[in-house]
Amino acid sequence: MTERPLTAMIDPAAGPPDCAAYGRSGGWRAVRAALRDMTPDAVIDVVTRSTLRGRGGAGFGTGQKWSFVPKEPAATRRKYLIANADEMEPGTFKDRLLMEGNPLQLIEGMIVAGYAIQAGHGVIFLRGEYHLALERLTRAIADARATGWLGADILGSGFGFDIHVHSSGGRYICGEETALLTALEGKRAQPRSKPPFPQVGGLWGAPSVVNNVETLCNVPHIVANGAEWFRALGLGPDGGTKLYGVSGRVRRPGTWELPMGTPLREIIEQHAGGMRDGYALRALLPGGASTAFLDAGQLDVAMEYGAVEKAGSRLGTGQAILLDDRTCPIGMLQNLEHFFAQESCGWCTPCRDGLPWVERLLAAIEDGTGEAEDLDRLADHARLLGPMGRTFCAHAPGAMAPLASGLRLFRADFEAHIHQRGCPLRQAA
Amino acid sequence: MSTADAPLPPDLRADIAAMAAAEDHPRMAAVPALMAVQARLGWVSDAHLADVAGLLGLSPADLDGVATFFNLVFRRPVGRHVILMCDSVSCWIMGRDALCARLCDRLGIRPGQTTADGAVTLLPIVCLGHCDHAPAMLVDRTLHGDLDEAGIDRIADTLVADTSRGPPT
Amino acid sequence: MATIHIDGRPFPARPGENLLQACLEAGADLPYFCWHPELGSVGACRQCAVRQYSGPDDRTGRIVMACMTPVTDGAILSIDDAEAREFRASVVEWLMTNHPHDCPVCAEGGECHLQDMTVMTGHAVRRYRFTKRTHRNQDLGPFVNHEMNRCIACYRCVRFYRDYAGGEDLAAFATHNDVYFGRHADGALENGFSGNLVEICPTGVFTDKPFSAVYSRKWDLRGAPSVCTHCAVGCNTIVNARQDTTRRVLNRYHDAVNRYFLCDRGRFGHGFIAAPSRLRAPLARIDGRPTPVPVQDALRRFQMMAQDGPVVGIGSTRASLESNFALRTLAGPARFSTGMAEPEHGLTRLVADLLRTTPARNPTLHEMESADAVLILGENVTVTAPRAGLALRQAVRQATFDIADAARIPRWMDAAVRTLGSEARSPLFIATPGPTDLDPIARATSRAAPDDIARLGFAIAHSLDPTAPEVADLPEDAARLAADIAATLRAAARPLIVAGTQYGTAALPQAAAAIATALAAHGVDAALSLVLPDCDSMGLALMDGLSLDAVRALARDGGIGTLVVMENDLSRRLDPAALDALLAAVPHLVVIDHTATPLSARADLILPSATFAECGGTLVSTEGRAQRFLQVLFPDLPLQAGWRWARDLAQAADPGKAPDWQDLDDIIAAIAAATPSLAPIGRAAPDAAYRLDGARLRSEPPRISGRTAVRANISVRDRPPPAAPDTPLAPTMEGAYGPATPGALVPYYQAPGWNSVQSLNRFQQEIGGPMRGGDAGVRLLDGDGTPRPRPAYATAIPAPFAPRAGEILLLPEPRLFGTEELSSLSPPVAARVEAAALRIADDSGTAPTIALRLDGQSVVLPVIRDPALPPGIALCPPHMALRAFTAPAWAIVQPDGGDAP
Repeated sequence: MTERPLTAMIDPAAGPPDCAAYGRSGGWRAVRAALRDMTPDAVIDVVTRSTLRGRGGAGFGTGQKWSFVPKEPAATRRKYLIANADEMEPGTFKDRLLMEGNPLQLIEGMIVAGYAIQAGHGVIFLRGEYHLALERLTRAIADARATGWLGADILGSGFGFDIHVHSSGGRYICGEETALLTALEGKRAQPRSKPPFPQVGGLWGAPSVVNNVETLCNVPHIVANGAEWFRALGLGPDGGTKLYGVSGRVRRPGTWELPMGTPLREIIEQHAGGMRDGYALRALLPGGASTAFLDAGQLDVAMEYGAVEKAGSRLGTGQAILLDDRTCPIGMLQNLEHFFAQESCGWCTPCRDGLPWVERLLAAIEDGTGEAEDLDRLADHARLLGPMGRTFCAHAPGAMAPLASGLRLFRADFEAHIHQRGCPLRQAA
Repeated sequence: MSTADAPLPPDLRADIAAMAAAEDHPRMAAVPALMAVQARLGWVSDAHLADVAGLLGLSPADLDGVATFFNLVFRRPVGRHVILMCDSVSCWIMGRDALCARLCDRLGIRPGQTTADGAVTLLPIVCLGHCDHAPAMLVDRTLHGDLDEAGIDRIADTLVADTSRGPPT
Repeated sequence: MATIHIDGRPFPARPGENLLQACLEAGADLPYFCWHPELGSVGACRQCAVRQYSGPDDRTGRIVMACMTPVTDGAILSIDDAEAREFRASVVEWLMTNHPHDCPVCAEGGECHLQDMTVMTGHAVRRYRFTKRTHRNQDLGPFVNHEMNRCIACYRCVRFYRDYAGGEDLAAFATHNDVYFGRHADGALENGFSGNLVEICPTGVFTDKPFSAVYSRKWDLRGAPSVCTHCAVGCNTIVNARQDTTRRVLNRYHDAVNRYFLCDRGRFGHGFIAAPSRLRAPLARIDGRPTPVPVQDALRRFQMMAQDGPVVGIGSTRASLESNFALRTLAGPARFSTGMAEPEHGLTRLVADLLRTTPARNPTLHEMESADAVLILGENVTVTAPRAGLALRQAVRQATFDIADAARIPRWMDAAVRTLGSEARSPLFIATPGPTDLDPIARATSRAAPDDIARLGFAIAHSLDPTAPEVADLPEDAARLAADIAATLRAAARPLIVAGTQYGTAALPQAAAAIATALAAHGVDAALSLVLPDCDSMGLALMDGLSLDAVRALARDGGIGTLVVMENDLSRRLDPAALDALLAAVPHLVVIDHTATPLSARADLILPSATFAECGGTLVSTEGRAQRFLQVLFPDLPLQAGWRWARDLAQAADPGKAPDWQDLDDIIAAIAAATPSLAPIGRAAPDAAYRLDGARLRSEPPRISGRTAVRANISVRDRPPPAAPDTPLAPTMEGAYGPATPGALVPYYQAPGWNSVQSLNRFQQEIGGPMRGGDAGVRLLDGDGTPRPRPAYATAIPAPFAPRAGEILLLPEPRLFGTEELSSLSPPVAARVEAAALRIADDSGTAPTIALRLDGQSVVLPVIRDPALPPGIALCPPHMALRAFTAPAWAIVQPDGGDAP
C-alpha cells in the first residue's frame, strides 16, 4: 500500500506548498471538477458513495450530514461550512500535521464542501495554541484569495466562497460541534440541544455544517478520484486512509497515514517500532482520551469504526495512547478524569459535579486514602454517566469510557492501592 | 496610572472595532479581541475588558462571562513569558510531573504562579497535540517537545535571563 | 387531548407540551430545577429523568429528561422506575456536593425548592467526603442578597435576568464546577425586575434582602392576597406578616396579569408601611402644633368644623374605591373631587372612555406578550407601567416562535427556539421624547415632542384608513415612517398600540385609539392598551368627581368650610402658590392618610388610615380590572381603613344621614348600587362569607409557631385572634386551604411535598393557565360583548411642535425608583433613588448643572445632555426637584456654573 493522498504533499523540510506548487502536484483538480462539471448534489452523492465518515471521533457519514442542509443556492441563503480544527482530544495530533503541512488541501476541501452545501461562508475554528498552523493557514488563505481560489465567482462558476480563521480561546468542549457554534458566536461555549440540527439551524440560526479537518482533507481526493477509488483505499468496510498515531513508551511515537482498517498491531509494532526496552504494553486507549481501554491481548483488532466498537471501544480519532507496565493505571485514570472534570463546561449537573467527584476518588485512591466503597462510587458514576442521554452532551460519557473499562481491567491495581494505602509502583520506587 | 487602568491604545481600539465590523455579529469578535488585547498588554484587565465590551456593544458582565469561560484569556497579570506546560495523558505518561516539579524548583514558583521578578508565569495546559514528542510545552508561541531535565534547565535559564517581552530567540 | 401512561395509569395530557409539565399536571411528584413554566426547558439540571418506553412491547425503554421530551399520544413512561429514581437521587447528591448545608441560617429554609427536591428524591446520606468548593459573594445592592455557595447552577437566574428581562449586568462566569453567577463587580443589580431572582432561584443564592434581615420561616408567616399599589398595572401579590409587621411581598400568580413576575418597585416598595413617615395616631393642631388626641376627641373636632360650612372631599388615585366612595358619600357627589388636577383629571376620563368605545381589544398583560407587532406611542411604559414593559419585551419574541413553529420545535424548547430565531424579532416601534429601556430591541425608535408623536400617530391612522383625518404639513421622513408602521401593523395578526397619559397630552391616547380603530376597520384583531399612572386612577375615572381646579374655584368663591383630603398629598399635584391659595381659602383642613406628607403637616386634623396591608379594599387597574386586596395585619384603633374614617366623620357630622356600613362587603354593595360602572366589583373576590368545604379559609399555615409566645415579652396571656370582618380569610391557622382556593384568596402557596413557590403548579388548572379556584378580579370596561360601533375619529390634531426661543417645554419623565410617592419612602427603594437630573438636547452650555425656572420656582439640577432628544424639550423626573409640576409646562433654563444641590 503506497497511496497516501492526505500526506503526499507534506514535506516538513520544505514547508507547505503555495497555490501554484499545490496545483502542480495535483491540487485544485477537485475544485475544477466540482465547480465546472458537477451539481452540488452530485458532489454530495460522490462523497456519500465514498463512505467517508467523520474523522473527528463520532464517525457520522459525511455525505449524509451534508444532505440535511436545505437546498437553496448560496446566493439566496446565508449558510456556513465550518472546519473543526479545535484539536484538543488528549493524545491526538493529526489535524495540526495536516494544517501545518498542507493548508491548501484543507482549503480545497472546504471550497468543495461549501459548494456541495451551497455555503458561501467558510470558517476554520482553530485551537488557540496552534500558532504555526494559524500562520500557515492565514498565508495560504491570502494566497488562495490572490490567485482566485477564494472569493467571488470562483472559476467563473458563479459560486463564491471565502474562509475566515477563528482562533479559539481554548476549551475542549469547543470540539463538540454545537458548542463550537456557540463559541463562534462569541458566547460561552455551551453545547446546544438538537433539534435544531446545525445543518438546519446552526450559526446564528443559519444552516451550518461542521466537519473535522481530516474529513475535509479527504474531500478533494474523493471528488478528483471518485468514490470507488476511495473505498478501495480501505482494507475493510470503511473507505479511505486514516491518520493513525501512537504516543506513550514506544520507540517511535508518531502519526502515519495508513489504509482504514490497518490492524492495531501493525501500527504499534511496525510503524511505532514497538515498546521501548524495559517496557511492556499493558493496555491502550485506541482513539484518544474518551475511548475505552483495550488490553494488550486485543492488538489484532482492525482500526476501523465497526471492528473497534466490537472490541468494546471506539475508533475515535484513531490516535492511540499506550499504557505501559511501569506506569500506574490509576494515576493515568486520575490524569484523564482531571482533564474531563476541568473541561466540563458547567452546564449540566452530572458532568459538572459528578466528574470532580470521580477525580477526587481516584486521587484519594492513588494517594493512599481510598476506601473500599470508593470503588462502588466509581462504578456508580460509570454506570450513571456512561450512557448517552443522561448528560446534555457526550462529554461525560466520553469521560466514563476509560473509567468503566479501567475499573474492569485494573481491578487488582485498584484493590492493591486501597489495601496498601497507596500506589504500589510509587511505594516500590 | 498603570497600563492595566490606562485606556486601550487607539490603534488597538481601531483594530478591535475593525474585527467587530468584519463579523456577521460584533460579538463574534469577542475572543479574538480579548486575545488581541492580551497579545499587546499581556493580560486583560477589568478596565480593558470594559473597553472591549464597549467596542463590541456588550455589557462587561456578558463579555467577562465569555472571557472567564476560556483557558487562554488571562484575567490576571502574567509574566513577560508564559509557559503552558501540557498536563494531559501522553505527557503525563512520559514523565511531565517530574519535569514540572523541576521547572517549578528552578523558577521558585508553583504552577499558576508568576516569578517574583515578573519574568515567567507557569500554567498547566491541556494536550498541545505534540504527543509524539511528549512531554511538551509552549513557551509564548514556541512549541518545545521531547523535554528532559537538561532541556527544562536550559529553557528556565534562558527565560530568567531574558528581560524582553515575547518569545526568547 | 392526548393520553400518557405514567407507571401504568392513564392521564390526559396536552399534545405539544413536555412530559415534565404533563407529569406535574397529572399530580405526580417529579422533581426539577432548571425548567420554569415561563422560561421553558433547557435540559441543564438533568433532574427530571424518567424512563420512557417506545411502545407496549418495549421492555427496556430509555432514560429521558422529561422536560426535553414532547408529549405524544400513548406515551408510556415510568417515574417510579428504579434506575430513573437512582439517577434523580444522584443528581441531587451531585448538586449537594458543594452546597454548604447551611439551611438553619438560610432565609430560604422551609420554602426551599432544593430542600423539597432533596427530600423528594430520597437523597438522605452524604457520601461525598471531600472539601467543598467555595465562592466569594457580592454586594448586589439593597434588594437582593447573594450567597453563591448555595448555588446549584441551574442557570435560571441568568435565563430570567438576561433572556427574559433583558438585564445585562448579571452573567454566568467561569466553567465546570467553578461556574459563578453574579455581576462583573459588586454593585446594585441594574434591572428593574431583579427581585424575581428571589423566587426564580430554587435555593438561597438570591434572597430578599430586606426580608432576610427580619426573616421568619414560611410556616410562621401569615399571608394575604393583595394588589400592588405602586402603579396602575395591578399586579397580584401576597403580603406576608408576623408580629404585627409586614415582612415581604411575593408574586401572586394571575394568569392574565402579572403571571410569575413583579417589578422591584412593587416587591420592595412596601417599606413605607413601617417608615418613620407613618402616621399612627389622630393629630389635632393645638396651639399650632400637631398633638395626639383620642379618636372621640378627633371626631368631636370634626363635628365642630362641619358646622362652619360645606364639607368638600378630595379623593385619591392611590386610595381604594371604598375610601374614595366613603368620602364621596360624606361630602356628597357634587362636592367630591377625584383629587386630580387638569390635565390628568380629564385625561384619565378620556382613557376610560377610549377603552370603552374603541372597537379594539383592551388586552391583558398576557395578551400583550403575544402581540406580533407593537407601537408604543409617547409613553415610557418601562417606568410608568413596569410590568407591562416586561410583557412588551416578550412580544418581540413572536417572530422567533413563528420560526420555531415552522421548524416544528416546541416553543418551550427555550434554547433551541432562541438559537433558531437568534436574528428574528417581531416589530416594535417606539416613539417617545426620550430613551426607554426597550429601545435596544425596537425595530425603529423615533425621538420627538409629544405633539409630533401624536401627529405621527394620526398619520398612521390616516395611512390605514383614508377617512381618518389627514395630518397637514407632515415632514417627509415622518410620512415615510408612518406608512412603514401602518403597513407593518396592517400585516400583523395581533398588532398592539400602547399609549398613556405621561406627557399630559390628550392627542396621544386619541391618536392611539384612532390607529386601533383604523386597524379594526380592516378586520385586524388590533389591541389598544392605555396606561394610567396610579393604582386606582381608573377607579376614579369610573367614579366621577370634580377636578382639583374646580375645587380651587369653589374655595375662591368661599364655598368650602372643611376640606377633607383622603390619602392624597396635594403638594405633588398643585404648585406651591396654588396650594397656598387653596388652603388659605379653606377654614379647616382634615387629612386622612397613613403617611405624613407636606400636606398633612398643614392639616388641622390628621386621621391615621390603614395601608393596603392593614385593611381590605378594591382597586381598578389601568386595564379596567377591579381587584381586591385583603388584610394581613389587624391593627387596633386608631388605625383603621380610610373608608371607616370617612364613615365615622359622617356620623359625627350628622348621625341621621350617615351610612351604617359595618364591614367591607357593606360598602362594596353600596358602591355597586350607587355606581353603575362599578356595579360588578363585588365579583372581584369572594366576600367575607366565603367558605371552602364549609370552612373559612385560613391565612396562617398549620405549623405556625409561637401564637402566644411571640408576644410573651408583652403578655403571656393567650390573645384571641383579631376580629376580621372584612376578609374571608381567618387570621389564624385554623380553616380550609387547598389548590381549589379561589385565585383572589390565596394567602400562600403550599402543597404536600412542595413548600416553595413552585407549589403554585398545584393550584393551576394547567401549568401557566388559570387558577383552579378561578381567576381574581373582574373586568369593568368590556361592555356586554356586542360589537362596538365605529367611533368618530378625533379631529383635534395638534400643530407641529414649535420650540420657543428662551423657553423649553418641560416634560415629566418618571423613574422606576424615586418618582412614585409611597415606594420612595421604603428604605431599600430609597437607597436606589438617584439624584434628579434634567435631560436636554443642548443648552449650549458645558456646566454640570443647569438652573430651571418654572411658575416662580427655581431649582438647580444636574444636566444630562442627550443630542438624541428633540430640540426645545427637557425631561425632568416629576416630584423630585419640583414636588409638583403640571406637565407639560414651559420653563426657562439657564446655564449654571455652580455645583449641583
